[in-house]
This record gives sequence, structure tokens and C-alpha cells, in this order.
Amino acid sequence: MNAQEIINKIDVNGNHSPFATYLDEDVFKLEQENLYRGKVWSYIGLDVEVPQPGDYKTTFVGDTPIVLTRGEDGSLNAWVNRCAHKGAVICRERHGHSDDGAFTCVYHQWAYDAKGDLKGVPFRRGMKGQGGYAKDFDMKNHGLETLRVQTVAQMIFATFDPETPDLEEFLGEKMCENIRRIMHKPLKLIGHTRQFMKGNWKAYAENSRDSYHGALLHLFYPTFGIYRQGQISEGITDKVGCHNYFNVSAPPKEDLDYKDYADEANREMQGPHQLQDTRVLNFIPERDDNVALSIQSLFPSVVLQQIQNTLAARQVLPKSTNETELVWTFFGYEDDDAAMDEHRLRNINLVGPAGLISMEDGEAVELVQNGVHRDGELRSFIEMGGNDVEDYTSPMGMDENAVRGFWKGYRAVMARD
Amino acid sequence: MPNNAITLELKSEIEDLLNSYVQCIDDDDLENWPNFFTDQCLYQIIPRENHEIGLPTAVMWCDSRGMLEDRITALRHANVYQVQWYRHIISNPVITTDDGETFHVQSNYAVFKTCNDGESTVYNVGRYVDEIVRDKGVLKFKKRSAIYDTHRITTLLVIPV
Repeated sequence: MNAQEIINKIDVNGNHSPFATYLDEDVFKLEQENLYRGKVWSYIGLDVEVPQPGDYKTTFVGDTPIVLTRGEDGSLNAWVNRCAHKGAVICRERHGHSDDGAFTCVYHQWAYDAKGDLKGVPFRRGMKGQGGYAKDFDMKNHGLETLRVQTVAQMIFATFDPETPDLEEFLGEKMCENIRRIMHKPLKLIGHTRQFMKGNWKAYAENSRDSYHGALLHLFYPTFGIYRQGQISEGITDKVGCHNYFNVSAPPKEDLDYKDYADEANREMQGPHQLQDTRVLNFIPERDDNVALSIQSLFPSVVLQQIQNTLAARQVLPKSTNETELVWTFFGYEDDDAAMDEHRLRNINLVGPAGLISMEDGEAVELVQNGVHRDGELRSFIEMGGNDVEDYTSPMGMDENAVRGFWKGYRAVMARD
Repeated sequence: MPNNAITLELKSEIEDLLNSYVQCIDDDDLENWPNFFTDQCLYQIIPRENHEIGLPTAVMWCDSRGMLEDRITALRHANVYQVQWYRHIISNPVITTDDGETFHVQSNYAVFKTCNDGESTVYNVGRYVDEIVRDKGVLKFKKRSAIYDTHRITTLLVIPV
């Protein structure tokens, strides 16, 4: 089977997909061409990562290196990190600032502005009548390859394809609403962590949409008897199903004094072990809606999370068929006080590459990759809780609805039949 | 002349602490690991990229003895990960003090990780930046920061470094 045939074999309702989609190098290449450079928006950063004109951040769309910049006019721009002259990488730092607004390739000093337009070429007219470029050399024709950039709230996305529908249409109103719920006031950047998984990016995309595994793989909660009765949970997808979020409410307010939230949690269903310091679990409500956990997966590139008071965007970067990097960008709010700053740091122990409740996701992705090795013609079975995609499920945890939604959306972009 | 307080004897005592600490982890004697810290302590594993620009996010951030103990309980009973062994290599420390009571100690470390497939990899490289004090006669970490250069953590991080 060639790569396109493998992709076409994905079930139209997302009930199964061939393991070869995790293994085949040509599938990976097709994804770069038809998905990441196709009609999708990829997350590339947060507004607060490039606050000032001249600020930049290097990142990726799919496996293509790009640069996100803030122009002199305050605009957000993105271009492929590749000089129009010889193809050299222009920005080599993870992030930085250009004092004069110029982005200059070190190799031959071709200089661009934040929008990617070529502004200067050394020895353009040569020297003493020798060399230089021809008279009709026009800098306008030698700019950088640019991407379209749009934002929802304070999240920045980019697309290669001029025909991709506008970002808000691509995500749908329900998804935008939940982003605005998290980003309801100015953010404060508090750091990055990076997790490298030896597995395919789609195994991670499934993992973040899979509420079924939560209490089964992540044993931190049951081991410490942290189970909260009276929680309301729901899973919501967009029209296609490829974007989704799970929101889980904290226990009803009348039952609980939030200061004692962790004590309460520890008491409610006592596990065999007890936490010595339950402050790691504290939750301080920051909105009116009482949601204590929100996991939102936006196809194809990012997971926006609120777990207690940890807030993060997890950017999913495909590196090869069997390598994926997860970049966690943690944030709080500009008006956080010192106590809230400290509380978030303590809460972050729950998540990220060393997260007490989430570290196993890296393990799960690798278990899948190692397990499916060599047998690409076999396929997964994704029929928990139905065999199509519903736009609303409640409670969460009893279905693979959004995993089917991922494959449905993936197939819609990638299949050719 | 506070740095005169760093006698050869003291230097050797600090080196013993640093060596015993990594031996404790590498020997999987993790229940003993919290004993290297004072009750009021801060232990963090923080990526160098955050540390350098003053962003506080760490992958482990424990500001009490209880949180250190909880890490070990979780690792023994809750977290799911493949069998793995660490092997630490640490450098000689640089020690300074202002008051002869708190010792600022910096040393480099490399952690090799070996799993069941038998391959040993360079898992995490960085430096320890410590504040060491005497607690009931015994030197302990009041603050230990593992600031890691290997800012891309492979798979997961469960055992403290």
C-alpha cells in the first residue's frame, strides 16, 4: 500500500485507523504537504511571547521552521526561517529581540524586516564596477516565504494556505468561546518545558482527546484517594469533531469551602496512601463557572489546558514518524500576586514532563509506537461509547468520541477518494 | 574573611553530602532522599532556558519536606513508567559563603539513564546550585536547584535528579 492508500483506509467515522499511519514515512511526508501546509491553522505562540515591536520567537509549523515576529506597527507576522538567498536559517535563538527591526542572515547579511520583506543586500551594485546584481534585481521579488497569521483571544495561529477559512471559522464558535474563557484577561508568561516522545504525533493527538484513559493510566488520583464526587463533566466537539474540549467542574460549591479543597478531596474517598502536603492540589477559582479542569485539543497542533490553576498551551510538534516534541508554554495572569505566582508553581507539579498526574502520556505514546512496529496493516479499535462522533457527551470518561473526531477530521483533510 | 570558614574539613564534608545524595538516588534508596533536605526547603528541577530569563516554571518544585516525600510515594505507588536506572556523575564543587553558616555550592552533573533495552543515554545534564546549612549538626540542603541544559526531557521525568 502506498501512503495515500493507507490514509484512505481510515474509517470515515473514525472507528479505526491502520497502524501504518504511525509508521509510514511517506504518510509523514504527505502530512507535511497536505495537512500542515494545507488548509489548517497551526498554533505558533502566545501574544505575550512577543509583546514588543522587534520581538521574535522561532518555532515550527509541522516540521518547517518558522519565525513569529512583532512588527514596528504592532502586527504579528510569520515567515519560514530560511533566507531567500541560499536557504540558510536566519534566526537561531529560541526567542529574542531585534533593536533595529531587521532580521539579518549571518551568511551574506541579507536583511529583512519583521514582515519578511527584503530590505538590504550587501554589495548590491558590486564594487568599483565589478560584481553585484543585475540592474533589474528587485528586492520585492526576494522576500521570505510568509504565512498568514490570525489570533483568537491571545493565541496565535498561522497557515501556509491562502485559502484556509478564517481562524474563527476553522475552529468554530464553541472552541473560540472556551479559548476566551481561559484567556479572559491579559496573560503573564511564566515559562516553558519540553517533552520529547519517541512516538508519532497522532498517538499524542489521540491521547489528549481520550478521556477514557484518564483514571486508568494516570493512577495518581486513585492512589491518593483523590476522587471528587458531584463533579459535572462534559465533552464538546466542533462540527467535524477534530477540535474538542473536556470541562470538568469542581464539586458543588455548597459542599465545599475552597480553602479546604485539597483536604476535602483527600478525605472523600481515601486511597491507600495519603499526601503529606496537599497544597499541590489546591484550587483557587478564577472564573464564575466552577470549571477545575479543561483540556481543549485544537486540530492539529495544540492542547490548551487548565488543570486546577495550571494554565498551559501544549504545542505538538511532529519531528518524524516516531518522534514528537511537546512544548509546554505555562502562563498565569498579569494581575497575579506573589501568592498566586507561588501557587501556580506548586500546582505545576501536577502537569508537564514530570507531572504527577500527566507524565504517563509520554509513556503511552511510546508504548503504542513500540507495539505497532512492523504490523502496519493491522488497525486500532476506537468504538468505546459509540461508532460515530457526537458533538456533546456527558459525563466524560466513558467514550472515545473525540478520538474518533480526530480521525474523522484528519481523514477529511488527508484522504483522496 | 568569611570564605576562610571553608576549611579542608568542611569542603570534604560538603563533598560527602553531594556524593551521598547522588549515591542515594542511583542506589534506588529513594525513601532516604528527603533526609538530605531541611524541613523548610526548596528543591527544584528547572530548565536553563527559563532560569536564564527569569521565568520561574520548573518541572519539579517542592517547597516542603512533605512534597519531597509525596514525590517518592507517587513514584513507588502511582506513576507508570518503564524500569530505569540513573547514574550520576558530578564535578568537584565550588563553595562560597558570606557568613560561615550558609554555604553556596555549585557543581555540574550528568545523569545517564539505562532502561530494560540495555541502552544507556545521556538523559539530563546541568548544574546544581545549592544552599547548604547545618541542621542539628548535619549538613543539609536548604535549597537545591538542578538547572538543566538538556531542556528537552525524553519521555518523562519521574526520579529526582
